[in-house]
Amino acid sequence: MVLLKMKFTQQRRVRLAQGLWLLSWLAVMCGTFIFCLGLYLKTELLRRAEVMDNTEIHVVPNILIMVGLASIGTNWVASRVCQDSLDASRFPRWKVLLLAWFATAALLCCLLIAVVVLSYALQGRLEESLKVGLRNGIRFYKDTDVPGRCFQKETIDRLQMEFRCCGNNNFKDWFEVQWVSNRYLDFTSKDVKDRIRSNVDGRYLLDGVPFSCCNPASPRPCLQYRLTDNSAHFSYDYQSEELNVYSRGCRQALIDYYMDLMNSTGPGVLSVILIQMSVLLSLRYLQTSVEAAMALENPEDDSEGYLLEKDVKSTLEDLKAKALTMLKFGQVDSEASPESADAEKGADNTAEKAASPSPAS
Amino acid sequence: MVVMKMKFPFEKRVKLAQGLWLLSWSATVAGAMTFSLGCILKTELLRRAEVMDNSDIHIVPNTLMIVGLASLGINYFASKICQDALDAGRFPRWKTFLKPYFAVSCFFTVLMLLAVIMSYAMKGSLESSLKAGLRNGIRFYKDTDTPGRCFQKQNIDRLQMEFQCCGNNDFRDWFEVQWISNRYLDFSSKDVKDRIKSNVDGRYLVDGVPFSCCNPSSPRPCIQYQLTNNSAHYNYEYQTEELNIYLLGCREALVHYYMGLMNTIGAGVLSVFLLQGSVLVSLRFLQTSMEAVAGKENTEIETEGYLLEKGVQETIKEYLDPVLKFLLLTNQVEEGTPAAAPATT
Repeated sequence: MVLLKMKFTQQRRVRLAQGLWLLSWLAVMCGTFIFCLGLYLKTELLRRAEVMDNTEIHVVPNILIMVGLASIGTNWVASRVCQDSLDASRFPRWKVLLLAWFATAALLCCLLIAVVVLSYALQGRLEESLKVGLRNGIRFYKDTDVPGRCFQKETIDRLQMEFRCCGNNNFKDWFEVQWVSNRYLDFTSKDVKDRIRSNVDGRYLLDGVPFSCCNPASPRPCLQYRLTDNSAHFSYDYQSEELNVYSRGCRQALIDYYMDLMNSTGPGVLSVILIQMSVLLSLRYLQTSVEAAMALENPEDDSEGYLLEKDVKSTLEDLKAKALTMLKFGQVDSEASPESADAEKGADNTAEKAASPSPAS
Repeated sequence: MVVMKMKFPFEKRVKLAQGLWLLSWSATVAGAMTFSLGCILKTELLRRAEVMDNSDIHIVPNTLMIVGLASLGINYFASKICQDALDAGRFPRWKTFLKPYFAVSCFFTVLMLLAVIMSYAMKGSLESSLKAGLRNGIRFYKDTDTPGRCFQKQNIDRLQMEFQCCGNNDFRDWFEVQWISNRYLDFSSKDVKDRIKSNVDGRYLVDGVPFSCCNPSSPRPCIQYQLTNNSAHYNYEYQTEELNIYLLGCREALVHYYMGLMNTIGAGVLSVFLLQGSVLVSLRFLQTSMEAVAGKENTEIETEGYLLEKGVQETIKEYLDPVLKFLLLTNQVEEGTPAAAPATT
């Protein structure tokens, strides 16, 4: 029982070939678009690589880049095939390649779907990675004299200014670490000695934040230090003050940014999947109808095109049997022989004989 | 005395027409590019309009946009003319059109060159406009409750952070104005009262700068207040400290930025000017060589083409005479009427 049979007149075949040629070039452009999208996403992730702990999220742009390149090649081959399809002398040489082509195209569609799913599924991993990365950045903020960490301060400052955020979860993260280096602390002063004694680790902790947390939209000049002390500043209430420093945490800001980026690419990727699927189906129809036409006495007669020769279940079983026989080519021992003899007896007694080594029995 | 006479055999005329057709289409693209460059420059100037006192500098992008649009029209007609040039039947209809066409095209081409010259000449005007605008911005920094000025603080803060600059000439400009609003000053405290008494105008002046002057590249957490007081901070020396706050003044930073932008645009516009000039010269040669063919039976003879029939001065006089006559004639009619009136009565 053939799947989705359709009649194709000569003119319809010609139209199909022409339409498919245009569609496959469109698909090449879409492949380039996917490639550029992957590059852009990768660049954006690499820019903030210092505040990320691991690179698991990079699998999304990596797949996009690979799929983009592969689909450019695949669709270029499709355009060549449909250029040759109406020429009876040149079409047969593509016969062998076409099964592999269909497999590749189906694989590309599956990979694109996987990318869309992954971009949602990996949100948790990205959040974990940012959490650890930002915590380290805040801890090493003061180490501007330690090789390997001397740019943490500038990185965190520019990040907070650009994304308008403060700290990891919120600005109170700065109260829990010493972000003023010991080089700039006067250890003879009473205030410093009190603060250092006030906690077990001997750290100089403040209820203050760096200048990069300051919000320019505040009507008041920025208050950085003694944020929890209402009496330290005139007309200031810690609980109700909203505009003085950024209230959003940098982890949330970065997650929002990257999720927006990946969500906005979602519709584009879905439309590319649709285009690739339509190229695949059209090429299958073209292949079957042209092959049927070439077998007729008059090649310009009507022919039938179909998607699958048998229905889905039988096709899958056929493919499974083919795959198993191919696997058995590798097994030369006698254990496989009686099984292959049975398989041969069970198969149709057609003239086609599989080129398998004949069993000794 | 003919200017730049050249011989044109038939083959050369055909090649000239074809080359000119291609050249005029690339000049059309170049004209569109000039228009978009003008738009970019205008957008950039409008973005910082709040720190500019006047908009004299806007004449540069306005001229570029006008010239870009005009050159689209000029080159469109040039391509049409050279398409018709080799067809003896269709070329004569352009005869009367060509003289004013060349006058207008030369005017706009010269205007293009003028735009580039202006972008260099107006540097001083831009600088004084920025000086006044930034001075006002710094003065009104504290007025976040005054309608019409409530965004000055945010503008100046974002400007200083983006251009990595502080103050007008340098950071000391902040020492001379009160940039902390009275709403946030405790007038019962001794420090505030001392500072207000220390100057004639009763302003609260500090030797400190806003947070937007802070330099993230500094290895030390930013020191904003008591900048001139070495003993107020541990291990700090006012004279040698370089990285704490931005040392560049915002006026210089903005002038540098806009001059860089205008230099890049000027280089592009100069090449468009050369392209446009070559289109006009080629079209003139094509016109004069084809005019010699008109009326002859054999159209494939060799002819001469030239740029100007008479010398440069005489040609200019020839073009300006109708314009002057038109202006003088209108004057003469005005003078004539009172004289005619008593004559008739």
